[in-house]
Amino acid sequence: MPARLVFLGRLEDIAGMGELAVNPGPLDQVLAALDPALAVELLGERVRMALNGALLGGNEAVVLAEGDELAFLPPVSGG
Amino acid sequence: MADVRLLGEAFSPTDELAAFNAAHPQAGGVVSFLGQVRCEGGPNAVEALELKHYAAMTLPGMEALAAATQARWALDGLLMIHRYGVMHPGDPIVLVAAAARHRRDAFAAADFAMDHLKSQSWFWKREKTAKGWRWIEPRPDDHRDLARW
Repeated sequence: MPARLVFLGRLEDIAGMGELAVNPGPLDQVLAALDPALAVELLGERVRMALNGALLGGNEAVVLAEGDELAFLPPVSGG
Repeated sequence: MADVRLLGEAFSPTDELAAFNAAHPQAGGVVSFLGQVRCEGGPNAVEALELKHYAAMTLPGMEALAAATQARWALDGLLMIHRYGVMHPGDPIVLVAAAARHRRDAFAAADFAMDHLKSQSWFWKREKTAKGWRWIEPRPDDHRDLARW
C-alpha cells in the first residue's frame, strides 16, 4: 500500500494535483522522486507538515509508512 | 455546548442567530460577528472567493479553538460556523456568536475566536478578480491581532 502526499492551498496549483500516491520511505527519498521545482516549494520555510492529521514540529526525521498521509500546509488565511 | 460547523453550502446567518439566541435565554448578552464576501466595484473587485480546507485538520482545529474559547471565558453558548468552497460577493463566510451572562465575556470570546479563525485555522483562501485567481496570504495585521491574546 502506498503512502500519500497532500498539497494544500497554492501548493495544489504548483503540484497540479491535490494528492499524490508515493512509495513509503524516508521523506528525503520521497521528495527526491518528485519534480525538483515542486520539492523546493514543499520544503519552503513557511510550509508546515502534518502526518496523519497531526502537525509536525519541523525537526523530526519523517519516514512514511504504508497508508500514511503527509500534508504540506502553506500559510493559512481564513475568515 | 459549543456548536461548531464546517459547511460546504450556504447558510442563513439570521436563522442561525435566531436559533442561537433562542437556545440561550439565560444569557444576558449575545455578541456575534459575520464575515461576508466583500462587494465592491473597480478593477480589483472580487468576483468570487474560494476557501479550501483539509478534512483531517480543519474541523478538529475549530473544535479545539471552541474549547479554548470556552475555557477562557464564562460562556453560556458558543456558535462557530465557517464555510468552505466557492462563494460570491455578499455570501456569508463565517459566523461566530458568544452568549454570556455579562457582555464583556461575550465580546472578548467572539473577538478571540475570530482572530484565531482568521489566522490560525486550517483554511486557504483565493480570490478571483478580473485578473484571475490569486491566493491570499495572511496580512501582518492578522498576526498582530493574534498577539493581543
